[in-house]
Amino acid sequence: MKAWLPTALRAMLLLLLNAFLLFPESFEPLFKSLVQPNAPAIYNQGSLLNLTLLHLKIVFFATLIAAIIAVLLAILVTRPFGSEFLPLSRSLVNIGQTFPPVAVLALAVPAVGFGEKPTLIALFLYGLLPIFENTLTALTNLPRSVVEAARGSGMTGFQRLLQIELPLSLPVIVGGIRLSVVISLSTATIGSTVAAKTLGEVIIAGLQSNNLAFILQGGLIVGALAVLIYDGLSAVEAVLARRAGVR
Amino acid sequence: MIEIDAITKQYDGVAVVDDVSMVIEPRTITVVVGTSGSGKTTLLRMINRLVEPSSGAIRLDGEDNRSIAGYELRRRIGYAIQGHGLFPHRTVAQNIATVPSLLGWERRRIDLKVAELLTLFQLEPEIYGPRYPHELSGGQQQRVGVARALAAEPNVLLMDEPFGALDPIIRAKAQEDLLAIQKHFGTTIVLVTHDMNEAFHLAHKIAVMDQGKVVQYGPPAELVQTPATSFVETLIGETERPFRLLSISRAGMAVEPGEAAGEPIREDRTQQDALADLLWSGRTALPVVSVTGMPMGRVTLDALLKRAARPL
Repeated sequence: MKAWLPTALRAMLLLLLNAFLLFPESFEPLFKSLVQPNAPAIYNQGSLLNLTLLHLKIVFFATLIAAIIAVLLAILVTRPFGSEFLPLSRSLVNIGQTFPPVAVLALAVPAVGFGEKPTLIALFLYGLLPIFENTLTALTNLPRSVVEAARGSGMTGFQRLLQIELPLSLPVIVGGIRLSVVISLSTATIGSTVAAKTLGEVIIAGLQSNNLAFILQGGLIVGALAVLIYDGLSAVEAVLARRAGVR
Repeated sequence: MIEIDAITKQYDGVAVVDDVSMVIEPRTITVVVGTSGSGKTTLLRMINRLVEPSSGAIRLDGEDNRSIAGYELRRRIGYAIQGHGLFPHRTVAQNIATVPSLLGWERRRIDLKVAELLTLFQLEPEIYGPRYPHELSGGQQQRVGVARALAAEPNVLLMDEPFGALDPIIRAKAQEDLLAIQKHFGTTIVLVTHDMNEAFHLAHKIAVMDQGKVVQYGPPAELVQTPATSFVETLIGETERPFRLLSISRAGMAVEPGEAAGEPIREDRTQQDALADLLWSGRTALPVVSVTGMPMGRVTLDALLKRAARPL
């Protein structure tokens, strides 16, 4: 396969996604055959572009908070004074992952009400584990001789963390964020069951009115976003890894 | 001067280093040898407090090494390790500048020091300074590792099997470099190795460690002539003894007046080299010249054989 082909395919996907979000009506002939006569072939209960932006916003903030907390937690439990909490924090984060997202939503609604908040909580809990695990792996698997040399040249614990450990761990941490984002992108659709404005609305509307075109449109947009963001973050990861001298 | 005073390190009640006392003279190379698990690395790491002793004290120029914070102590002591431990995300120049930056040197002074060290280690500063460690060969990485350890002009340099990962040819070159560097800066070097050839080649004094104790500490010749225990004898190698003796003396010390034919040998080569030359060329005497090429006399096979014999 030619080297430029994957890049060209991604560029085409991005172009197609933008075209669909900006001018959904022009795609009507494509979806016409999927719906019964007289039913709308393109989602008509709101702006697809607006929903996509809201979807991305909620994923962005949930991942941001999850990343900050998870990285801090991983740093804390890999320091000498925090090592006792390593098993505890691991199991706490694992519990967050085993809890079904629907259950989190159901429990969060009575506490914080309908809307974006319960979705944010569910996504945050779901995003923690991959980032935490990756940061932990990175910080505990640094080359021994490098850490030893950092200590031997008289760096304090804090200097070692900032100058050596974090820069060298960054590619793996970004890998965790990448996994977390992709999980959140798909999980966020469920948020629409508790009235969060996400692309889940499109899918739910399709299910309610037996409109296959709506379901497909919601699903395809989420899928395209996931593929593009995944690849984008993979590229960032590769650049960071090269800069860290790992590859 | 490094005074090690009754130092002991225990892990779970087992002494890894057991009541070791020794004095390391300034501006000398002391090599600590022993089998793996003999405690030699732990002893070394207690000097810069990467390991804290269970009891005893270490004094550097009379000052207890616990009188300042561990990280401050380590900025004053050079430390080079096996596998160099260069920071992969930093350039060669940034790596060498590590300790001076921590000490807050001015930018200009750091740049000058980095260039000086790179030149000293035969690495062109303009070419190698901006490179990353993975772009260098094994031998070059090792040299940068030693340069980094020397950057803040420490009086003491600790080396933990610094040449262990190098192939024999590069290792020999690195050892020559180290001897030259030690002469140049007058650094006190403590080096840990399990390679006896390396120990005999570099050391002013050798400390032999066995099961946490220093069983013998003295000049190389003393170890060969009067080994303290059978362990020291085994470590030196019974069949190696005459060659070890010849390898620590220079050809110039065996010189006698007279003429000899054929290719001469420089007086700063070892007597072992002279013997090898004699045996290989089938001669009974070699002409000896000074470092500048002036004839000094000759060295004979008989004289070398006498010198290689067990002292009475």
